[in-house]
Amino acid sequence: MAELRRTKLYDLHIAQGAKMVPFAGWEMPVQYPMGVMGEHLHTRTKAGLFDVSHMGQVILRGENVAKALETLVPADVVGLGQGRQRYGLFTNAAGGILDDLMIANKGDHLFLVVNAACVDQDIAHLRQLEAQGISVEPVAGRALVALQGPEAETVLSALVPGVEAMKFMDVAEFDWQGTTLWISRSGYTGEDGFEISIPEGVTEEFATALLAQDEVAPIGLGARDSLRLEAGMPLYGHDMDTETSPAAAALGWSIPKVRRLGGAREGGFPGADAILSELAAGAAKTRRGLRPEGRAPIREGVEIFAGTEGGEAVGKVCSGGFGPSVGGPIAMAILPLELAEGATVYAELRGKRLPVLLTPIPFHKPSYKR
Amino acid sequence: MLKYTEDHEWLKQDGDEIIVGITAYATEQLGDVVFIELPEVGREVDAGEEIVVIESVKAASDIVAPVAGTITAVNEALPDTPGAVNEDALGTWFFRIKPASMDLDGFMDEAAYNEMIG
Repeated sequence: MAELRRTKLYDLHIAQGAKMVPFAGWEMPVQYPMGVMGEHLHTRTKAGLFDVSHMGQVILRGENVAKALETLVPADVVGLGQGRQRYGLFTNAAGGILDDLMIANKGDHLFLVVNAACVDQDIAHLRQLEAQGISVEPVAGRALVALQGPEAETVLSALVPGVEAMKFMDVAEFDWQGTTLWISRSGYTGEDGFEISIPEGVTEEFATALLAQDEVAPIGLGARDSLRLEAGMPLYGHDMDTETSPAAAALGWSIPKVRRLGGAREGGFPGADAILSELAAGAAKTRRGLRPEGRAPIREGVEIFAGTEGGEAVGKVCSGGFGPSVGGPIAMAILPLELAEGATVYAELRGKRLPVLLTPIPFHKPSYKR
Repeated sequence: MLKYTEDHEWLKQDGDEIIVGITAYATEQLGDVVFIELPEVGREVDAGEEIVVIESVKAASDIVAPVAGTITAVNEALPDTPGAVNEDALGTWFFRIKPASMDLDGFMDEAAYNEMIG
């Protein structure tokens, strides 16, 4: 096995008492002494600092770069205003999902953030755009952190005045002690917050300055997962993959009218025929929320049945666990649309079928600053 | 005197029964415990049989019967307050078992257990 990579915050994680685990080729903090539950609740009430340096950062440049990216991503990139960010998907020819990503329009270039596990594949995929005169530049020498939670604005603006004026999904550059931070007002927790790309040389100093504020605690991958699950956010490789269509993953919202059938820039991305006809007709199944009636968490892979006995499974849990803010188990599964909201289905756990309520996603209401 | 198993359980003899819980080391590894399912009182179990389901925010795991015998009691407060295990591992029992034979010599003492977990 290849050696695990370490982020620029590795020493700081160790100093903070982090338990480190292998994750997508990196050695990352899964939790700190506060524990997953405490870290989760801290992020919901104050501010959590996440090291997300393992994620891929990519710059695309060239004439008509937005138009070019639309050949790979079914989002409205052309219509993305300068200083704004948008969520999108890389799709494949079969109509499945290769990865999800954030796309920022920074004026003379697009800035993308992609998943750690998919970064090599994504860059190879993006290199197709070189034929259209687009340069694909993996960002070297920059780390990425996320600051999330209701106190994130107060904490960050103390160090970087001006960020308080940003709205949800704004992107901008700010100076911090002579270095340039690329900041977006976004995140993966359902809380208000920021994602900050920092030159590697000052990453530890910047993170230390954030952690010096009482409201800020370091948060590991464990709480990152429970926070995003409560926020109903999908995770690549779990809630979506090459076998899952955007509609099945409940990500049809990321494909705007302009790219759909009859739109001004209809289709033109991999798998467009399958994806757009499914969206037009309405998908037979989609990602739904599940609330087990008891206390037992139902986790990824647990099969869901319509009745208490017999029958084929109607779906499988794609993400599941315990929601600390919800105070109970929560899960998501791709299930037939014909099952009504509020209906009871059954999760087969250790040979027993346990009742589970079909509920809307998210489980925890987001608090973005729009 | 407490005895310990390789599965990170502590055993305490009480008359002709054994009281079983899990160690602080185990709770640290598990993280915050959010769900516990206990066996039925009166159940006859084999040594090594998985009889308790314990789930933390991170993962599900099992607790096995350290010896063959009959479950004589379970800590009924535990499923409603699973976090007690994190707060006080040694003070939180899971079940009592009446063993087929009371021979605890094969289990570790505290020093041996501490050496095992390093």
